[in-house]
Amino acid sequence: MLRIDAIDAGYGPTRVLHGLSLEVRAGEVLCVMGRNGAGKSTLMKAIMGLVPAQAGSLTLDGVRTTGLPAHAVARLGIGYVPQGRRLFGELSVHENLEIGLMARRRGQRVRDHVLSLFPRLRERLGQTARTLSGGEQQMLAIARALCLEPKVLLMDEPTEGLQPSMITLIRETVRDLRATGVAILLVEQRVDTVLQVADRVAFILAGRLAEIADARGLDAGAPQFRQYVGV
Amino acid sequence: MLLALMEGLVSAAVLALTAVGLSLTFGVMRVVNVAHGEFFMLGAVLAWFVTQAFPGAPALGFALALVVCPLCVAAIAVLADLLVLKRLAYEPAPTIVATIGLLYVLQQAALSLFGPDARPVAPPFDFRVQLPWFGYSGYKLCVILAALALLGLVWALLSRTRIGLVMRATRIDREMARAFAINVDLVYAGVFGLGAGLAAVAAVLIVPIRQAHYLMGADPLLLSFIVVIIGGLGSLRGTLAAALLIGLMDGLLSTALFLPPTVARIAATLLVALVLVFRPQGLLGKAAA
Ligand SMILES: Nc1ncnc2c1ncn2[C@@H]1O[C@H](COP(=O)(O)OP(=O)(O)OP(=O)(O)O)[C@@H](O)[C@H]1O
Ligand SMILES: [Mg+2]
Repeated sequence: MLRIDAIDAGYGPTRVLHGLSLEVRAGEVLCVMGRNGAGKSTLMKAIMGLVPAQAGSLTLDGVRTTGLPAHAVARLGIGYVPQGRRLFGELSVHENLEIGLMARRRGQRVRDHVLSLFPRLRERLGQTARTLSGGEQQMLAIARALCLEPKVLLMDEPTEGLQPSMITLIRETVRDLRATGVAILLVEQRVDTVLQVADRVAFILAGRLAEIADARGLDAGAPQFRQYVGV
Repeated sequence: MLLALMEGLVSAAVLALTAVGLSLTFGVMRVVNVAHGEFFMLGAVLAWFVTQAFPGAPALGFALALVVCPLCVAAIAVLADLLVLKRLAYEPAPTIVATIGLLYVLQQAALSLFGPDARPVAPPFDFRVQLPWFGYSGYKLCVILAALALLGLVWALLSRTRIGLVMRATRIDREMARAFAINVDLVYAGVFGLGAGLAAVAAVLIVPIRQAHYLMGADPLLLSFIVVIIGGLGSLRGTLAAALLIGLMDGLLSTALFLPPTVARIAATLLVALVLVFRPQGLLGKAAA
């Protein structure tokens, strides 16, 4: 579904990603792990077209997206749940969802479906996003991305700073989405969550793909976690 | 006294329109548009050309000017955005320098095409409205009403339409706006054009009262900045309140007390200083988080 082929990317003259290749298939959860600063978020931004790819190519569902502006990439069907949520804080829940819906001209049907996944948002449609609790904000960030009916969902540390019950909810959401055939690229630092949702795990070390492993072959004590993530 | 109040309301209404334009460009694009006053001037100067083309029918010429001039000015602004600001990636410092350059380009262009003289534009109609205490120019009343109507439209655009939603989202986080399929370049071009168009429409409204001149942009620029600072950035209500305050102060000090306009200007400047010291976020602006 999403092919990342020998991508180089970075900020201005500094290069963060070096010849990184990955493929995310439909109905699969590919987890990305790596230390702070390894380039996980940069990978997400490069896929979105928010950070220019200096070399290599990106292909979504057979369409080459390398060099496309971010708004065009989003329109092709990539939903983005950024690190730190990045909601439109002064806008209401309703308006945040509206922006997601407008991205690919989705209407009432998609909105209802998304709200059925997160009933707590439906009760707070008029509330300003900034005033939501951390968990509700994360739900909104995910809901906003789902409003695009994405083929590929990029999630950057969606469980960061949340309490266990919220993490469980997000985990279940990820599993349900996978079942509907969405390709999910998930940056996640918690080993337990990775082991519960991942099909495959990509370990990134200093902007390079160090290893890609089948999740079934990993357990909490696997050496990769210590080596690439430092847990 | 009441007359001064009316004069103040006229200034306030026109100033509010101009300042809202400046506030929009700064709010959404983070561009400090030093050439804003020149868009105002262009509106007035173009209005002279358009009305000049219809010597026999001032009302028709003026109505046409009211539509055509803001559109032309907006088009020039969009062009400036695409050719200059966009290439500078909207970096704050380079864009200030660039808009200063734009200021001189527009001013000199006006000087060479329009000439150095102040030229009057005839009001589209001329009647007096008999208020309980005195007669008042019907045209000035119409200016106040028209400005209020336009401000209402801007407010509705921002808070009630999808275009407004897109503009607000872009203002809050342009990177996330792009990630959600918003064409930020298009939004910026539109906002820059809209901001310039608002200044131009304000100028067309006021030009029958004040005459067109190629240097007339300085005052509205300064006053708009004052209004935006006092009102608080990105706060439409604040901008309106501050425009009312400054406009009325202008009217009261110069018409009621017969003080030279400089005094009103000094008072406004003092007010800015006070606001900057005691409420840097503006009277109605929210404190930065
Ligand atoms: N906007 C930016 N401008 C310049 N350098 C940046 C920018 N954003 C990130 N970097 C640099 O790129 C490198 C990778 O950052 P990135 O955010 O991709 O890491 P990460 O793997 O997501 O880390 P974390 O686990 O902390 O989220 C870091 O060295 C960082 O300093
Ligand atoms: Mg990160």
